[in-house]
Amino acid sequence: MPKDHGIGASNKRREDIRFLTGTGNYTDDINIHGQAYVYFLRSDVAHGKINSIDTAAAAAMPGVVRIFTGADFEGIGGLPCGWQVTDKHGEPMKEPPHPVLAQGKVRHVGDPIAAVVADSLDQARDAAEAIELDIEELPAVVDMKAAVQEGSALVHDDIGTNLCYDWGFVEENKGAVEEAFSKAAHVTTLELRNNRLVANPMEPRVAVGDFNRASGDSTLYTTSQNPHVIRLLMGAFVLGIPEHKLRVVAPDVGGGFGTKIFHYAEEAFCTFAAKQLNRAVKWTSSRSEAFMSDAHGRDHVTKIQLALDADNNFTALRTETYANMGAYLSTFAPSVPTWLHGTLMAGNYKTPLIYVNVKAVFTNTVPVDAYRGAGRPEATFQLERVIDKAARELGVDPVELRRQNFITEFPYATPVAVEYDTGDYHATMDKLVEIADFAGFEARRKDSEAKGKLRGLGVNCYIEACGIAPSNLVGQLGARAGLYESATVRVNATGGVVVMTGSHSHGQGHETSFPQVISEMIGIPEDQVEIVHGDTARSPMGMGTYGSRSLAVGGSAMVRAAEKIINKAKKIAAHLMEASEGDIELKDGAFSVAGTDKSVAWGEVCLAAYVPHNYPLEDIEPGLEETAFYDPSNFTYPSGAYCCEVEVDPETGKVTIESFAATDDFGNIVNPMIVDGQVHGGIGQGIGQALLENCAYDENGQLLSASYMDYAMPRASDVPFYKVDHSCQTPCTHNPLGVKGCGEAGAIGSPPAVVNAVIDALHSGGHKVEHIDMPVSPSRVWAAMNG
Amino acid sequence: MYAFDFEKPTSVADAVVALKDEDALALGGGQTLIPTLKQRLASPSKLVSLMGIAEMQGVSADGGTLTIGGGTKHAVVAAEAASAYPALAALAGGIGDPAVRNRGTIGGSLANNDPAACYPSAALASGATIVTDKREIAADDYFQGMFTTALDEGEIVTAVKFPIPEAANYQKFEQPASRFALVGVFVAKYADGVRVAVTGASEEGVFRWTEAEEALSGNFSPDAVAGLAASADGMITDLHGSGAYRAHLIGVLTKRAVAAAG
Ligand SMILES: Cc1cc2nc3c(=O)[nH]c(=O)nc-3n(C[C@H](O)[C@H](O)[C@H](O)COP(=O)(O)OP(=O)(O)OC[C@H]3O[C@@H](n4cnc5c(N)ncnc54)[C@H](O)[C@@H]3O)c2cc1C
Repeated sequence: MPKDHGIGASNKRREDIRFLTGTGNYTDDINIHGQAYVYFLRSDVAHGKINSIDTAAAAAMPGVVRIFTGADFEGIGGLPCGWQVTDKHGEPMKEPPHPVLAQGKVRHVGDPIAAVVADSLDQARDAAEAIELDIEELPAVVDMKAAVQEGSALVHDDIGTNLCYDWGFVEENKGAVEEAFSKAAHVTTLELRNNRLVANPMEPRVAVGDFNRASGDSTLYTTSQNPHVIRLLMGAFVLGIPEHKLRVVAPDVGGGFGTKIFHYAEEAFCTFAAKQLNRAVKWTSSRSEAFMSDAHGRDHVTKIQLALDADNNFTALRTETYANMGAYLSTFAPSVPTWLHGTLMAGNYKTPLIYVNVKAVFTNTVPVDAYRGAGRPEATFQLERVIDKAARELGVDPVELRRQNFITEFPYATPVAVEYDTGDYHATMDKLVEIADFAGFEARRKDSEAKGKLRGLGVNCYIEACGIAPSNLVGQLGARAGLYESATVRVNATGGVVVMTGSHSHGQGHETSFPQVISEMIGIPEDQVEIVHGDTARSPMGMGTYGSRSLAVGGSAMVRAAEKIINKAKKIAAHLMEASEGDIELKDGAFSVAGTDKSVAWGEVCLAAYVPHNYPLEDIEPGLEETAFYDPSNFTYPSGAYCCEVEVDPETGKVTIESFAATDDFGNIVNPMIVDGQVHGGIGQGIGQALLENCAYDENGQLLSASYMDYAMPRASDVPFYKVDHSCQTPCTHNPLGVKGCGEAGAIGSPPAVVNAVIDALHSGGHKVEHIDMPVSPSRVWAAMNG
Repeated sequence: MYAFDFEKPTSVADAVVALKDEDALALGGGQTLIPTLKQRLASPSKLVSLMGIAEMQGVSADGGTLTIGGGTKHAVVAAEAASAYPALAALAGGIGDPAVRNRGTIGGSLANNDPAACYPSAALASGATIVTDKREIAADDYFQGMFTTALDEGEIVTAVKFPIPEAANYQKFEQPASRFALVGVFVAKYADGVRVAVTGASEEGVFRWTEAEEALSGNFSPDAVAGLAASADGMITDLHGSGAYRAHLIGVLTKRAVAAAG
């Protein structure tokens, strides 16, 4: 019998009632009396010197409140970067300034030049058109390899190079890796590009800045995954507003996928302008603006080499990657191709020697930062592609080659600095073989061939590091933040519970799954538990939601706070029943004394805490409210095996996904339905990356895919009904719930399965194609077959 | 969007008058024009909606001709042309999504003449007649290159007359992002010969593939075009495919259209 409440129950998502009935409260729903609107005049050239900005005529236009330019932000901080990477020589990365509004130069199409604040948005736009710009266009830096050649134009003149850092990991292993390659029986090499993506959450970014002249307090309402982080970064580094005078609220947020982690210029602008003008200022991104101002994802160019011995054991791996940073360093950009990517290069395999080189490059393109999976999809894609290629070259079964090299003993310390606590890679692979019906594949291939189609089956494994992260560890790696999480559990006098979490839900379903944990612990129904998130004035300092960390880190903080509550409640119960605290048991919402029929209900204990007439006041305080901060001792390591079957139309090159199966080990699972949904969405995005999505620039730095006319998002008809299985569970060993996190797995695990399947299909038709870069579009498949 | 005046006349005659104002523009379903206005890429003084004009609505078959009012929505064509001209109905039913099909009109599509739009291929392959408020224009004279037609300023497409073919089929290969035609081929077989029109592919907009027409007029079977290759000269190269790829697709889709037309 599936459970109907508590941990393990597939409770329907309570937040969906408001999301599906149009009663959500998104940032754009927030309107403050008397608010003005800002329109950002953005650069239409990729690279240019600003000779002059004449706003005189524009400022005199109807409704204009004020026009701001970069000059208004001189002496004010730029947007800070939250992670400092140290290069292979021990030098810190290059960290050029990132002004709120462009100063001196524009560096990408979409770079904001001026901000026009007016009574209405149309008036602001009209005035923006009247601003006279004199911008001298400069040669654009677009191609990463050309960007680091001598004589390239420079995105940032004062740092004298377009190379942000040249990172070697683990630099001390480099010699041993070279030696292993020289002794290898076989070396497989693959060069590939991990395509640039635009996250495209359904809700575009919005910011409303407000200022209260009476109190001197600033408030920012914003579409953020981590309001506390925005408060700290913007308050301390950009605007100089201390936290107690600054409130950041991220209400309902319609999808983030990483792109709403970062602190953006528009947020700082609206907060700043509201204070300057003593009037609320609102900005709502259009979809067109989103394409050129939301941080993009991925964009790596990689060469990977795998060395094997005569028995097909992996002996060494080395990679060289160019990672696009775009024009400025977005908040966590430097960490993505390094600590979120290099550390994952062991994958599920016991390769003893690994060397990863990453060159991060500035270009005249939109900044690139974390996008669902962040670094781990890039790692998984190259590794799982090169293994498939090696299997083909060696004439061995790709599944067997993987199995032979699986890590089987845990904990396992990889040569790339992480220690996997648990996992069972054979178990997820066994389950995959079963649910994807490998045995029936040859028959299905024959059916496809009878229809004139080529059929392919692709498999891959993945490992990810989630539950970000042990603060002391990431501190050593260059993080400028701690990565704990917080929760306050407030029990009301009549027994209801409010959890104020530092995690943020922007689609993940915290409001449903977090109460299931409390319900399990205390034994009260879920509907007596309310989750509060997204407001720095209501929750303790938290780090927000990304990196599949909410339940593993935020949930753990909640468990710790709830444990404190239960301990205190037991003391109260012991007093009420005149028993010894050690004999008190909590079950199904009632405290009882072991071995007796004495019991007192949860509600009575709560009431006693707030009406402490009969209460051990000499020992404990009244009230029932506890806060905990939880700092994980390790990452969590979800893993799994994915299988995709495709059909390729050999005449047109069109790929259709015939089936997709996923087996994931997420450790313990709180709400299986939500986990399925997270995996479905992730695979959808992975299929989008593999087959459709492509953020492309021309050689002048013009964005070619600047709207949905050219940027292909996956739609329902592009994806199959997924088979997902989460029955292989090796609980995380170091967090109280034994959970690992499931938010990114689908996006990490699916692209290589798709591409492996396409390559398999082409080989079945006699096309000796070794690789096609994503998106594997019909035209690229056709070109590869006919090339 | 810039401010504009708005009129919704109920007759073609009134619409013609309303469109005489300088910088007045006709508004059909708004599926192309409204996004253009939102991006401030057009600044008409006035929009004259054609959607209140009853005489521009509807689908009717008379003898060998199917007549579609210029203001008829794609969804209506998809439903009401299905028995008289199934290939045309199927084309209309494959345009955009339900929202687009329930607003966009045949007149707007033909007036706009997007090089990747579907209707132009049907009109050209059918040898249709474009009826306006002042004249009738043969499809062969009407399409004059990307976004360019024989229409004068303020001229309204009031109806389109399609000779009903013996057999026809439209094969659309979708551009992955917009789902417009990356290449679309409409094949129509008449007693006096076969016409093949291609959309999506050429820098000159919709065109007739005369080599295929000749081959098919003699032998209406997929084999007749199996050996033919369209030239890649003048074909569009963009993010979604090279000119050579588009030229290749013309051959594949023509063959498939003939096979499907039966
Ligand atoms: C998401 C989306 C997907 C689409 N997919 C496809 C597709 O797959 N295939 C396809 O073919 N099209 C597609 N379209 C375009 C769609 O078919 C539009 O309906 C069409 O291009 C314009 O028709 P409309 O009635 O909306 O014209 P409007 O947008 O109102 O007008 C377009 C132009 O035509 C003029 N005009 C309008 N009606 C007349 C008339 N009767 N006489 C003279 N001039 C007139 C207007 O002044 C304007 O210049 C798509 C559109 C969208 C938004």
